[in-house]
Amino acid sequence: MPPVFLAVAETVDGRLTKLSAEIATLARVLADESGGAALGLVVDGAPDAAAAELATYVPRVLAVTDGGVANDTWAPHAAAAANALIGEGVTHILAGATADGRDLAGTLVGLLGWGLLANATGVTWDGAGPRVTASVLGGKAITASTLAQGTGIVTVQLNAVTAEAAPAPGIVEARAAVAPVTPAAVVLDRVSEAGAEASLEEARVVIVGGRGVGGPEGFALVDELAAALGGVVGATRASVDAGWIAYARQIGQTGKVVKPALYLGLGVSGAMQHRVGMQAAETIVAVNRDADAPIGEIADLFVVGDLFEVGPALLTELRSRRGA
Amino acid sequence: MRILVLTKPVPDPAAGAERLGPDFRLDRSASPAVVNGNDEYALEAALQLVEAHGGEVAILTMAPPTATDTMRKALAMGAMRGILVTDPALAGADVPTTIRILAAAAAQEEFDLLLAGLDTSDGQGGAVAAGVAARLGMPLLSTAGAIKPDPASGRVRVHRLSARGYDVIEAPMPAVISCTQALGAPRYPSLKGIMAARSREIVQKSAADLGVDVPANGDWATKVVEAERPPARTAGRVVRTPAGEAAREIADFLAARRII
Repeated sequence: MPPVFLAVAETVDGRLTKLSAEIATLARVLADESGGAALGLVVDGAPDAAAAELATYVPRVLAVTDGGVANDTWAPHAAAAANALIGEGVTHILAGATADGRDLAGTLVGLLGWGLLANATGVTWDGAGPRVTASVLGGKAITASTLAQGTGIVTVQLNAVTAEAAPAPGIVEARAAVAPVTPAAVVLDRVSEAGAEASLEEARVVIVGGRGVGGPEGFALVDELAAALGGVVGATRASVDAGWIAYARQIGQTGKVVKPALYLGLGVSGAMQHRVGMQAAETIVAVNRDADAPIGEIADLFVVGDLFEVGPALLTELRSRRGA
Repeated sequence: MRILVLTKPVPDPAAGAERLGPDFRLDRSASPAVVNGNDEYALEAALQLVEAHGGEVAILTMAPPTATDTMRKALAMGAMRGILVTDPALAGADVPTTIRILAAAAAQEEFDLLLAGLDTSDGQGGAVAAGVAARLGMPLLSTAGAIKPDPASGRVRVHRLSARGYDVIEAPMPAVISCTQALGAPRYPSLKGIMAARSREIVQKSAADLGVDVPANGDWATKVVEAERPPARTAGRVVRTPAGEAAREIADFLAARRII
């Protein structure tokens, strides 16, 4: 039997996420390479807009209208819908390496016993099955893994593939909701916190404040530089633990992994815990008073100096160049 | 409250010496082992909940027999007892087998909450808590930044961290919760705790004790076929000029790389 790849999409405010478009593209490419088929799945209270977007990337999209998603955690509903499609021949399930995607993948592994290849940074078809590359041990090794059976689940990192529209748009089929087979939790409230909106993972420029910024007021300078460079503010564990900035901003082992064109670290020492979240940046610039700070070992440009002198000087320089 | 915490020994990320062996499995001799960071946040949250509501914290680990060393650290922090599932047949176990084992071991315990780290620093698949919840037929409350059980109503409320802030979610207990650093820093074991941990029990169980069939000869659902070191980054240019000049150098550098 030829493989059938199911791309499980996620939505934000009813719109398809960037990662979901990438995963759908991946499903289509794998189907082309393997002689199999690609399907997209949207499970949402109002799935139509996202399903139409998803059909840009895959030939066939199933739009499941599930009112339960508005009041419940998403993964049990999406897992039920994906599980039902296995009866229709789905052999490989692709989901995002996101909070919801991991909950979905874990739930399905628990239910089905299928193999899981997590955090894919690349997926190819090796003739017999998907071959998945991933970074493990906090960036110490890059592995390539395969599935022993003809079925499996893959969670995919952002920017592992580039979203590319199919030559012709696909069809969208409406489907009824499937009752969750695992108990969902009820969502009582969705709370927005200031400064948590901008996506660190998708940012082209990331400006990071470490212990050296000295306090919440030090982040004002980090904010200004981020605005001047069109970037997003990140933080180290030290500055998060000190309560200077929200955990959502943390980069590193227990935070987010970023791959920006520019990482600018201010007062960042470069502890291993932090490095695993940022060492894949294209360009690393660091400002630190301590000439022995470990970040100097990986920075492309390392300025030994006081960030409260260099930072404002850089703001002035950037503004004068923009004005020129 | 009875709380079961999944704790996994992992190579110490701070040592920076993790590596894979020739079989592409983790080389445990290369690096000292510590309790996985996110599991320590889970344990700390469990200890605080028991301090507030009464009850007991137990830890559950699937690992080689040497894991008793890291489990003693968790017991020294305040966990009362440990369950170690250890079996040569589980070396290099895949995610579905890990989930089946941990779910079967948890099913032999009585608990109101099962807490686990969001992911582990060596594997980072982040799927085990969800899989265990699915097999136990319990609700999953994932990515927790705060945990508020209400023993009177038998329900637990969790702040689930989201891209925008957090969602307040709720489910009946018993429930499974995956835990993040936002729960708060773990305590250091006290001398008294370290002494007490020596006499606390760690029960060892095999896969057979749990009634779980393990694939023979490490015939796992997934297989690592290749491993390499990522290209190492090297130090670049060091600038020690006064601030104004250094700022110009940064701007020139960014302009040359077409970032500004």
